[in-house]
Amino acid sequence: MNPELQGREFPPARPYLVGREKIREFATAVFATSPINFDVEAARAAGHRDLVAPPTFPVVVQEATLAQLLAEPDAGIDFSRVVHGDQRFTFTRPVVAGDELTATLRVTSVKSLGPHSMVTAESTIVDADGAHVVTATSTLVVRGDE
Amino acid sequence: MPAPTPDFDTLTVGDIVAERTVDLSRDSLVRYAGASGDFNPIHYRDDIATSVGLPGVIAHGMLTMGLAVQPVVDWAGDPGRVEDYQVRFTRPVVVDPTEGATVTISAKVGQLDAEARVARIDLTTTFGGDTVLGKAQVRVRLA
Repeated sequence: MNPELQGREFPPARPYLVGREKIREFATAVFATSPINFDVEAARAAGHRDLVAPPTFPVVVQEATLAQLLAEPDAGIDFSRVVHGDQRFTFTRPVVAGDELTATLRVTSVKSLGPHSMVTAESTIVDADGAHVVTATSTLVVRGDE
Repeated sequence: MPAPTPDFDTLTVGDIVAERTVDLSRDSLVRYAGASGDFNPIHYRDDIATSVGLPGVIAHGMLTMGLAVQPVVDWAGDPGRVEDYQVRFTRPVVVDPTEGATVTISAKVGQLDAEARVARIDLTTTFGGDTVLGKAQVRVRLA
């Protein structure tokens, strides 16, 4: 992997409009049962503007930025060798239906570990007003020849 | 109705706040692939999974991460109370085409930040007796 990737910031990904049905679909897929994920009245009663997405939903928004990284011509990342090492979501506020979110990816670290490489990428996700919603951080392990 | 939010002052480090068992099938993986947009074929094709050295089709790490936090969300009463969630993927969850896979989650109070009224909940997530998520920590803002 190209060590010069460290510190690189990518152009913002296309804005992602969070829909109610997408939240319900994702919540069902992760075995969520909270009414605040499914029932607009329950979400409003809890003080939210609309349905709240499950904590790992931002991965859907982050995905476009990781695709940018993997497609970067000089990155030297072979997708078939990529393993997800770790993942983190740090929220300023929860994602709710109706949010228009824009993610911007920055490579924070590139390391070698024997034949393997590790890249940590941080996607900063903001709403339509530019206010921070959540940062999604992934470490990808690219397996080398052993 | 969602459960009422737990009172921070009643918690002690080491308390188990939630436990759950989830049965995954191949259907669960297809559903997650569609919902998340992650169509990596190692999550639905045995031939491709074995060609990259896996014992068979495995669950998306992000599916395991996504379902493991749900008992904590239900305990907290609101998904919006999760302010930080991190995991390390340590072992794959192999999902048998007929038997599926059973994942067990136990959520314990790991640390209490009295000033912020935030509880760090530590998850132990196992499959076949092995832990599949390392350093799985959820920071939950409580009342």
